[in-house]
Amino acid sequence: MGYVSGLKCRECGREYPVDPIYVCEFCFGPLEVVYDYKRIKRSLTRKSIQKREENLWRYRELLPIDGEPQVGLKSGFTPLIRADNLARELGIEELYIKDDTVAHPTLSFKDRVVAVALTKAKEFGFDTVACASTGNLAHSVSAHGAKAGFKRFVFIPATLEPSKIVASLVYEPNLIAVDGNYDEVNRLCSEIANKYKWAFVNINIRPFYAEGSKTQGFEIIEQLGWKAPDNVVVPCASGSLLTKIWKSFKEFKTIGLLKELTTKVFAAQATGCSPISAAIKQGTDVIRPVKPDTVAKSLAIGNPADGFYAIQSVKESNGYGEDVSDEEIIDGIKLLAKTEGIFSETAGGVTLACTRKLIETGKIARDETTVICITGNGLKTQEALNGHTASPHYIKPNLASFEEVLKKIQ
Amino acid sequence: MAIKVRIPTPLQRLTQGKEEVEGVPGSIMDLITDLDKRFPGIGERISEGGKVRRFVNIYVNEEDIRFLKAEDTTVKDGDEVSIVPAIAGGTNRNA
Repeated sequence: MGYVSGLKCRECGREYPVDPIYVCEFCFGPLEVVYDYKRIKRSLTRKSIQKREENLWRYRELLPIDGEPQVGLKSGFTPLIRADNLARELGIEELYIKDDTVAHPTLSFKDRVVAVALTKAKEFGFDTVACASTGNLAHSVSAHGAKAGFKRFVFIPATLEPSKIVASLVYEPNLIAVDGNYDEVNRLCSEIANKYKWAFVNINIRPFYAEGSKTQGFEIIEQLGWKAPDNVVVPCASGSLLTKIWKSFKEFKTIGLLKELTTKVFAAQATGCSPISAAIKQGTDVIRPVKPDTVAKSLAIGNPADGFYAIQSVKESNGYGEDVSDEEIIDGIKLLAKTEGIFSETAGGVTLACTRKLIETGKIARDETTVICITGNGLKTQEALNGHTASPHYIKPNLASFEEVLKKIQ
Repeated sequence: MAIKVRIPTPLQRLTQGKEEVEGVPGSIMDLITDLDKRFPGIGERISEGGKVRRFVNIYVNEEDIRFLKAEDTTVKDGDEVSIVPAIAGGTNRNA
């Protein structure tokens, strides 16, 4: 009943059956899911989608599962918000925020990918799920995994923000804090994944997991009234989200749900970890790994697995890459909060600050439609704002004291 | 003292199950060319047209060669070389 015909190496094209495998035996290229678009076209129409529940499974034909969705039945279909206040501030006409700060259940876009990964893990018959994470994925695997009844092993860099650690621990996974950065955690996990028969969502389940990101793109198109925006700005860590959003637009075009596709895709990174935007600016597709040093920990992947494909997507769509300083990131978070009432984690600050730069440098035209992807909630990384917000006004519990302060405020 | 080259599991079929083999001094491409003479087929699995394949990482003494001189990085007796499929990222520790 599924619409997946197999897996295929993105590099050398060798084909594989649907299994928990993720790398080509021959050239070590990543494997990607292959769909039967002809059949999907017959079943997935605007009408059929609109009749379905408002969650990410409304696009299920384009997701790599065989049976019924089993995890994340309320995930996805987050708001697309017209951001006129912010647009005025940035000096552009039409701006939208794809707001995954309110994703269910753990307030980041990772709820999408994990919903798909754990449904697939059930289909494969795994009883244990695992991940390497900078925080958001840890939360989502911990939470979705609890609900779905999996044993859970979650590996994080020990230096993560304390609030991100608590937000995993509360679901009682086996939380392993590794003395190393994300890339080192990931390395370790790929060794563990070879030895233990677990569903590592971002390793051996990766071809399936990553497909979940497409739902953010599908929703943008549907919520814009079945139109693609002129520009979309996407934060990049591994580069997977950007690659999959571009793929989602192309798939909707392929199956006829989208008439025209001229969207430019822009990659947003922190200057302290910008291997993707640096390569784009230098006009090369060779990623030079970096050792991350940025306040945007959720984007701190120095050796991005999908960096090459993110660069290809940007090139193919005539987009560009940009990166911003820690100071600009904090300003970005604050600007989004005070104009649109949305509190984003540091990645959102990156996206917004990069968007501002792209507008100022003319890469994004002021009279076009732009969507920015805000992928995680600011309550998770409040430490980032320590010393960067105003102080409360302290008063005595009487009217005179209040009015004294009020005078100063006015 | 020779150069130690660590072979990843998927390529051990070509090295008769050996996890570690000896390499010759010179550039990384010299080392790969020599490995291919002794273990035919290994060359095309890790390189293509004189370049290391995009999804293969090579570490010299636990440092990614992309931080050194890429394919022109030279190795000498006593060095340790690890060949690691890139998979989903990774840096120099536990190479």
